[in-house]
Amino acid sequence: MGKAFHRPEALADVVTHYCPGCTHGVAHRLVAEVIDELGIRGRTVGIAPVGCAVLCYNYFTFDFQEAAHGRAPAMATGIKRVRPDLVVFTYQGDGDLASIGMSEIIHSANRGEKFTTIFINNAVYGMTGGQMAPTTMPDQRTTTSPFGRKVLETGMPVKMAELLSALETPAYIAREALTRPKYINRAKKAIHKAFSYQLNKTCFSLVELVSTCPTNWGMTPVDALKWAEEKMIPYYPLGEYKTPEAGRLNPAAGRKHAE
Amino acid sequence: MGKVLMKGNEAIGEAAIRAGCLNYFAYPITPQSEVAEYLSKRLPEAGGVFLQGESEVAVSYMIFGASACGVRVFTTSSSPGISLMSEGISYITAAQCPAVFINIMRGGPGLGGILPSQADYFQSVKGGGHGDYRLLVMAPASVQEAVEMTMTAFPLAEKYRNPVMILGDGLIGQMMEPVEFPDQLKSEPSNKDGWATNGMDTRGSATRNLVKTLYLVPEELNAHNLKLKAKYDRMIREEIRWETYNLDGDYRVLIVSYGTMSRVCRTVIDNFKAKGIEIGMVRPKTLFPFPKQAIYDAAAKASCRAAISVEMSMGQMVEDVELSVKGLKPVHWYGKCGGDVPTPEEVMEEITKLMAS
Repeated sequence: MGKAFHRPEALADVVTHYCPGCTHGVAHRLVAEVIDELGIRGRTVGIAPVGCAVLCYNYFTFDFQEAAHGRAPAMATGIKRVRPDLVVFTYQGDGDLASIGMSEIIHSANRGEKFTTIFINNAVYGMTGGQMAPTTMPDQRTTTSPFGRKVLETGMPVKMAELLSALETPAYIAREALTRPKYINRAKKAIHKAFSYQLNKTCFSLVELVSTCPTNWGMTPVDALKWAEEKMIPYYPLGEYKTPEAGRLNPAAGRKHAE
Repeated sequence: MGKVLMKGNEAIGEAAIRAGCLNYFAYPITPQSEVAEYLSKRLPEAGGVFLQGESEVAVSYMIFGASACGVRVFTTSSSPGISLMSEGISYITAAQCPAVFINIMRGGPGLGGILPSQADYFQSVKGGGHGDYRLLVMAPASVQEAVEMTMTAFPLAEKYRNPVMILGDGLIGQMMEPVEFPDQLKSEPSNKDGWATNGMDTRGSATRNLVKTLYLVPEELNAHNLKLKAKYDRMIREEIRWETYNLDGDYRVLIVSYGTMSRVCRTVIDNFKAKGIEIGMVRPKTLFPFPKQAIYDAAAKASCRAAISVEMSMGQMVEDVELSVKGLKPVHWYGKCGGDVPTPEEVMEEITKLMAS
């Protein structure tokens, strides 16, 4: 009998430092599976963010650079401009991408840089210990919003997929979730598409993944998945927000995918 | 190729291309925007990469990403821009990637002014960003020297896997002088496959490369810093460059000065000589590593009563001159930092006062 389920070659055979129930492991595996399927491991360069995934290079088996907080898209730009033949992706959390790295991601997307961004949105800073992020939900308690996020003082959570889709430059922008197998399968397809657009030198591509942080949310892994589906997904609708073929889409209005 | 008349900023851009560097990322800032303007035309012609980034912060990381792939890459900026790039410079030194940063200094602090200055000495030499790191800093005193130093900077950055900074003042960037370009250098950094993230297929290797700066284990971080220190120590042994002027006679005062200011000081020395007064000068060409021994030796001469650091700052290099002279003779400072270069007369007046005291 053959082996039906195996570790992707792009994924290292090591124990990760991630907390129980954290969805980083799922996201890593999806990226590794896509890299294997496309046969691009030997020419891929990943860029690690600052945050929990700063050590993600320990879990992949190809070239990696480690960025400063929020600067991964600028590094990816540097690589792609001088070595367009390499396949480049950034892996960034919400504090990294939507707060300190807002300028870098917007301008990279607007220039149409031909790299891929995997954006993990778990509504909180993880590595620094559960502080409020731009994506933190209204009234969500964090270590820097102990009485809940007050939107009158700190605004509403930033919707990155929507924001980036508003740019006129063609791009592939999608949001999926890692909360149940159905969504995970869709997330894999989106990541596959994102890398394929890069390989075809078509456009900038970004997949936002609604994720969980049981530790900093103070929940069990199961409760965290439930919270993400009940609180986050209604505010962060899933689907494709932009494709180079169809332009801007509106998943919230019912049209989930451009096929 | 014979001599051509070129503006400093444009000559620096051309020098980089001739040094085999075809990758340039930058953000406009006075008084060095002509480098970007020149290269936005010239690099596409030469088959290179030109990109105007959204900020100096982003540019420093574009440089980081590109240099970590093992290609030659450089940027140019001016004082406030270098402050923003200093974050990236700290990371690039920590990651041991070669790159060239050119600072055409303007007056500060804050927005300061747009005229020539040498007020970024501390920032360049003592570390503008966080952590224990050094840049190899070269200070040109003419457009010709700016060209030569730019071309030397790339192999030096690769030798040490460390950024090299060319520290010029606004005059070096803005003035036109005749220049002759040395022969073209080869364009590929050597030994890059051992560390560069250029793709495993590119280097035919089954082992991946990792460019990183995080060392969470104290012993590992200390070992990493010792490794960096060993490189800086080697720079001190191998890369100190300086020039002397009028040190043969019995000079009464030793001037230490660099860049544009040192050219004014040559006139000062010539004018004093015409009056029968001998003044000597040591001109550091590298600011890190600093020519401490040369300055000490020059100050030690029996005829020399004092040393004076003449700089377009409120007294920065003077601290290194004091460290070099080791209390052997009094060390003074003269400078201006508004953007107007001190005239020979102003410097002479200061030195005359010094000799009378």
